[in-house]
Amino acid sequence: MIEGVGIKKSFGDNHVLSGVDVKLHKGKVNMIIGKSGTGKSVLLKALVGLHEVDEGKVLFNDRNFTAMNYKEKKVIRKEIGMLFQSGALFDSLTVEENVKYPLEMFTEMTPEEMHERVDFCLNRVNIKDSNQLFPSEISGGMNKRVAIARAIALNPEYLFCDEPNSGLDPQTSILIDTLIQDITREFNTTTVVISHDMNSVLEVADYISFIHDGIVWWEGTKEDILKTDNKEVVAFVYASEFMKNLRSERLKGGYF
Amino acid sequence: MQLFTHLGAYFLLMLRAFTKPDKYKVFFRRIVEEIELIGLGSISIVSILSIFMGAVMLIQAANNFSSPWVPAYAEGVAARDSMILEFSPTIICMVLAGKVGSSIAGQIGTMKVTEQINAMEIMGVNPPNYLILPKVIASMFFFPFLVILSIFLGILGGYIATVLTGLVTVENYIYGIQFDYNPFYVTYAIVKSVFFAFLITTIASYHGYNTRGGAKEVGSSSTKAVVYSCIAILLFDVILTQLMLTPGS
Repeated sequence: MIEGVGIKKSFGDNHVLSGVDVKLHKGKVNMIIGKSGTGKSVLLKALVGLHEVDEGKVLFNDRNFTAMNYKEKKVIRKEIGMLFQSGALFDSLTVEENVKYPLEMFTEMTPEEMHERVDFCLNRVNIKDSNQLFPSEISGGMNKRVAIARAIALNPEYLFCDEPNSGLDPQTSILIDTLIQDITREFNTTTVVISHDMNSVLEVADYISFIHDGIVWWEGTKEDILKTDNKEVVAFVYASEFMKNLRSERLKGGYF
Repeated sequence: MQLFTHLGAYFLLMLRAFTKPDKYKVFFRRIVEEIELIGLGSISIVSILSIFMGAVMLIQAANNFSSPWVPAYAEGVAARDSMILEFSPTIICMVLAGKVGSSIAGQIGTMKVTEQINAMEIMGVNPPNYLILPKVIASMFFFPFLVILSIFLGILGGYIATVLTGLVTVENYIYGIQFDYNPFYVTYAIVKSVFFAFLITTIASYHGYNTRGGAKEVGSSSTKAVVYSCIAILLFDVILTQLMLTPGS
């Protein structure tokens, strides 16, 4: 489990996070949602240590990540896989080399074992016959899938995904969502997904944390979010026509 | 005041870069890759520039040393010493600051703005160590070879100009380049090239690593890398010359 306790983060006078308390459960897809600019990505980066927090702490299975020195953090980081919004694949390495990279850096595997593992990870995300292509030569959806393959190469305990669906068509989005959900179940990872796409939330979320005004404003499951009367959450969830229709269906007794 | 902020950030980055590599096998492979990219990739530009610099130096010297008091072999001495003392170590390194420095800042800057460096950080890799240190070692190792090559080709360029223009006789030129030769000048040139290699790669890496924004900012970081590297080269040229060539210093 990952726990954020009283996380505060400001950029100059801009107080982005003003005391976030959040619990992210093992073996579940934990979604952090909220409007654009509410600090979801800042929270994610604070959780993984890319942003130093001003106050508060982050606990990985009760290990205080915030208080650790660089060497101790490195140990935790080897247990983390992360899917960036842009994919963040190494653009001068091929697809295969990208997935092999963490294996080369942190394992003593033989070239054959590495090759086997790379093949397994790429097969797991349905990438075939593209091993020798560069990231610039593959589509956005493939880019994200290769990034997932790289993220799971070391069997991470924690998987962080920053807006995995951004820039993807609805069909590919569903594919990525399903993949994240399957990987979470299969590897029993603590998965944290940042999103503002309600389709994604309803597709894969096990637990949802709604960020508003720099704090976790609301928490619950995807069943709860459709039933809540919390004004801010309702305004966010039912912003689209599709969701409005879904709400009326729910009120009539359909969906869930 | 901003200068001190930058200097502090530069030294902090170097502290992170100059640490034990995560994996030596990968680290040595990275050094070889950088030698190929930074060193071998610069041989052609260094060769062309050096031949022309040597030729121009000889023609300039021949046209200006018209006094009968100046010995006939002086052009050879001038071409040799100017190549060894300044043109090869300093001017060639300034050209390399343009070629290698901008490339390093561009590469690291692009990696920074596309979150590739963040991706490394998350994995537990030390990005400054992985990206910067192999470049520093590769350039400090290879720049002296480029400078020696430049000296040789510069003197050869002078010889070619001698043959083609006839401004100086070949015998006088050959005598001139051997006259009163001081081997320490080559040591001085090598020491300078090692210092300049360090300055170019670290300054360019610093500017690349601190890039924020997009393509325009990456371009701006590359420009800054070249400008500040050149200034640092000139500053350290004065310091090293004073320390190494001034008698009694």
